[in-house]
Amino acid sequence: MAQIENNEIRYLNPPTVEVRKKKYCRFKKAGIKYVDYKDPEFLKKFLNEQGKILPRRITGTSLKFQRKVAQAVKRARSLALLPYVTDLLK
Amino acid sequence: MLKQYETVFIATPVLSETQMKEAVAKYTQLIKDNGGEIVYEEDWGLKPFAYPIQHKTSGFYYLIEFKAEPTFVETLETQYHRDERIIRFLTVALDKNAVAYAQHRRENKAAKKAAPAPEAEAPAAEVTANEE
Repeated sequence: MAQIENNEIRYLNPPTVEVRKKKYCRFKKAGIKYVDYKDPEFLKKFLNEQGKILPRRITGTSLKFQRKVAQAVKRARSLALLPYVTDLLK
Repeated sequence: MLKQYETVFIATPVLSETQMKEAVAKYTQLIKDNGGEIVYEEDWGLKPFAYPIQHKTSGFYYLIEFKAEPTFVETLETQYHRDERIIRFLTVALDKNAVAYAQHRRENKAAKKAAPAPEAEAPAAEVTANEE
């Protein structure tokens, strides 16, 4: 009964401790200054499966670059590089 | 004051190679005739669309980077509108970051052309490598 003497609580299943990874703006971190609309593969990282633009709260992009991403995605859509609506984009 | 622009147009896939060259020549000539200068041209070839446009599923993409007077853009777009061969176009003014990016992209392409080693597209690879 060493555990009890040590006042140590033992669990059958170890409690899950949520370690949240801090979000960061990938543009600021990497020093990217211009978001290119000609690169649909890169822009797909900011879209969900339906081709909608993901919110900042999920991607962690800063406001400044979120605006640029949105602009680039819309330009790419008008050139048919990205779809306006779709299913199973990824 | 000349400003730097970038224009992408999509021509119909029914054009033959010579017709496509003609269309490109028309627009490059138009830029030069209006006191502009061509910085860079890039042929993306026949690309499939993400969604159908005018019942077509693919088109010829062509990119031109040029310097011109701001008033010229309107002239260029009017010409695009009147041209039946062009199904979509986009003209964008480039700010200083965009110019730097475009230059970098060009150099990458040139380097890739000189030594075609990795299959990954140069600008894409550059961007993804940076962000990790």
